Amino acid sequence: MEFGLSESQEILKDSARKFFAGECPMEEVRRLMETETGYDEKLWAKLAEQGYTGIIFPEEFGGVGLGKVELILLMEEAGRALVPGPFFSTVPLAGAVIDAVASTEHRKKYLEPICEGKARSTVAILEAGANWNLDALKISATGSKINGEKLFVTDAAVANFILVVAQDGVYAVDPKAPGISIAPMAGMDLTRKIYAVKFKDTPAEKIGSTANLSKAFDIATAALVGEMVGGMQRTLDITVEYAKMRKQFGKPIGMFQAVQHHCADMYLETESSRSAAYYAAWALEENVPEASVAVSIAKVYASDAGRTVGNRGIQVHGGMGFTWENDVHLFYRRAKASEAAFGDSTFHRERVAQQVIDHETLSAKSA
Amino acid sequence: MDLNLTADEKLFRDELRSWLAANAPKDWPAWQNKPLEESYPYLRAWQRKLYEAGWAAVSWPKEFGGRSASLMQQSIFWEEMARAEAPPMANSLGLGLIGPTIIAYGTEAQKKRFVPKILSAEEIWCQGFSEPNAGSDLANLQTAAVLDGDHYIVNGQKVWTSYGWIGDWCEVVTRTDSAAAKHKGLTVLLVDMKTPGVEVRPLKQMTGESEFNEIFFRDVRVPKENVLGKVNDGWNVAISTLMYERGSYGARLHLIFKRSIGRLIELSKKFQRNGKPASEDLIVRQKLAQCYAEIEIMRLNQMRAFSRMTATGVPGPEGSIQKLFWSELNQRLQQIAQEILGPYGQLLGDDPYAVDNGAWSYGYLRTRGNTIEAGTSEVQRNIIGHFVLGLPRSY
Repeated sequence: MEFGLSESQEILKDSARKFFAGECPMEEVRRLMETETGYDEKLWAKLAEQGYTGIIFPEEFGGVGLGKVELILLMEEAGRALVPGPFFSTVPLAGAVIDAVASTEHRKKYLEPICEGKARSTVAILEAGANWNLDALKISATGSKINGEKLFVTDAAVANFILVVAQDGVYAVDPKAPGISIAPMAGMDLTRKIYAVKFKDTPAEKIGSTANLSKAFDIATAALVGEMVGGMQRTLDITVEYAKMRKQFGKPIGMFQAVQHHCADMYLETESSRSAAYYAAWALEENVPEASVAVSIAKVYASDAGRTVGNRGIQVHGGMGFTWENDVHLFYRRAKASEAAFGDSTFHRERVAQQVIDHETLSAKSA
Repeated sequence: MDLNLTADEKLFRDELRSWLAANAPKDWPAWQNKPLEESYPYLRAWQRKLYEAGWAAVSWPKEFGGRSASLMQQSIFWEEMARAEAPPMANSLGLGLIGPTIIAYGTEAQKKRFVPKILSAEEIWCQGFSEPNAGSDLANLQTAAVLDGDHYIVNGQKVWTSYGWIGDWCEVVTRTDSAAAKHKGLTVLLVDMKTPGVEVRPLKQMTGESEFNEIFFRDVRVPKENVLGKVNDGWNVAISTLMYERGSYGARLHLIFKRSIGRLIELSKKFQRNGKPASEDLIVRQKLAQCYAEIEIMRLNQMRAFSRMTATGVPGPEGSIQKLFWSELNQRLQQIAQEILGPYGQLLGDDPYAVDNGAWSYGYLRTRGNTIEAGTSEVQRNIIGHFVLGLPRSY
């Protein structure tokens, strides 16, 4: 049993960190967040060149064929750098959905261009009321035409095709098709843009059923938690550095226990989120029976920790933490958006409860 | 990263599992709620049995009667012990903390003299660290040891000594140089508790029991050869013991917690809230699920810490997040139990209406000690702040 990273995993993580630090430093994050879409063509080409856009997908579709743990490590580093743009929407979300639900033919058509860096995508899930329970979806396609409205669709404006989760299956829609309108929603997270997408008799191509969707959403959720861990780590690093440097009463504020204890709790919450994220990724990779619960546990913990780490980080910065110029609020905004995405901690606690209270699939003695 | 057991680990697990199936006593639950004074011979006999089969201290090097088990094997050991509902071992401080410290710092003669009897539970060990004026500020301890020919003469008082009442030997941290800086003038002595001048008094705690003792030393003569490590280097020896304490504890706890949450889930189906089983109350469900999630994360943190320790070879300051995590989690778990049980939660073990023989009222009170013993939560946060995050020392 080995919970440390293998050498090749360390190398991947390290090179991703260097890559993002070089290609997407905070000045670039701030430049991109001021743009309409947060998307940069050159950065995307470089991501593809690294193989990141095909990281977990089969080689027959142009992917790299690595595992979920590698994906989580990559997402952690992307989160640490607060990389804007449609990477999450395209790769661990849309890519995982296609990979899970589509036929070989459809995977060739939709997954291959993603792996090759030629296409960006996203998945339209929520409707009015924002219920993450997929049974509650109302939109369905009749005669291959979709009508209705999807909300909180990430990066829809730069997607080459949008996947729509409908009652009766998963559909691919061309954003330039008739009857479609894509309107930005003013979200708190400036680095990941969200949209309201309306369909009126919009032609749609069915690529699969919803049966295998939960597996894909588990991958996306675990990837998101990985990204959240990176955001927490960066917030912690920035905060500790500031606490060492900032002086009040003639001493670095990091010398005061009230400040140290905030930092210690940030560390505990970050490390605990990381343990949960890595385990969830491993459990998905190995298809262990409790993989889905492991994902929920990770999302429960990281959803709350992402927020509290940010709270403490801002508090330790004092007035500086409340300024626009300080980077901590940018991570804090992302953390809030991620907290709600794919179900917040309340949603996932109920999911855990259903498994451990109602079904007793994970008895106390199963360990 | 591969969380599957290796072939060696499986072999280790299977061997232990079948040994426990054949040898672990089945009547432990009946003993469990008896006072320790009554059950102690039972626990001694159990450790002796483990010792004879080579299972008493799997983490110890083979040459000292252990199995040189890896950290993962140690974790498997505790999992299997919990799975078999096996009793704890009598000499837990000797096996977990003091034995490893003697193996690390002791002379050849000391290792030969003390280590085998720790393993066999022939000699029970306790730990004389804290004093009335040296709790979190351990280095402020004042128990004095003055060299007089071949002996140190020890005078002073220790508190919060677990197993003091049954201890044959005690690892005592003393001050041998009062002129030196407070961390510098300390020396660890191995003290025979039967030496004249040693007096042990029970310390009654808020649960009503006396797990701990006060020990008074009045002109106690300790032979010079019982210095552990170097004279005036006692701080490093003591810290090494404390690291074992923080590092190893969590390994066995997650199974105990998992059993508690399992039991709590059962109880939540029996106890009513707003006219339906508490297990159907959305808020109770949220709390149980949160607790379950945290217990699982505690296990995962522990496994990650083990992998790091395997790489570095020694328990490090990361042990502090484990201590912080489990102690605060245990308090939350007990509070949830109280919420589920309602008025029944307060009933003590001797009440005929008590649930689980009063385990939950006891647990509620006992866990207040968890964030204090073995380094308070505040001290753990200081350790993380300074030693892990590199913030300047606050004291």
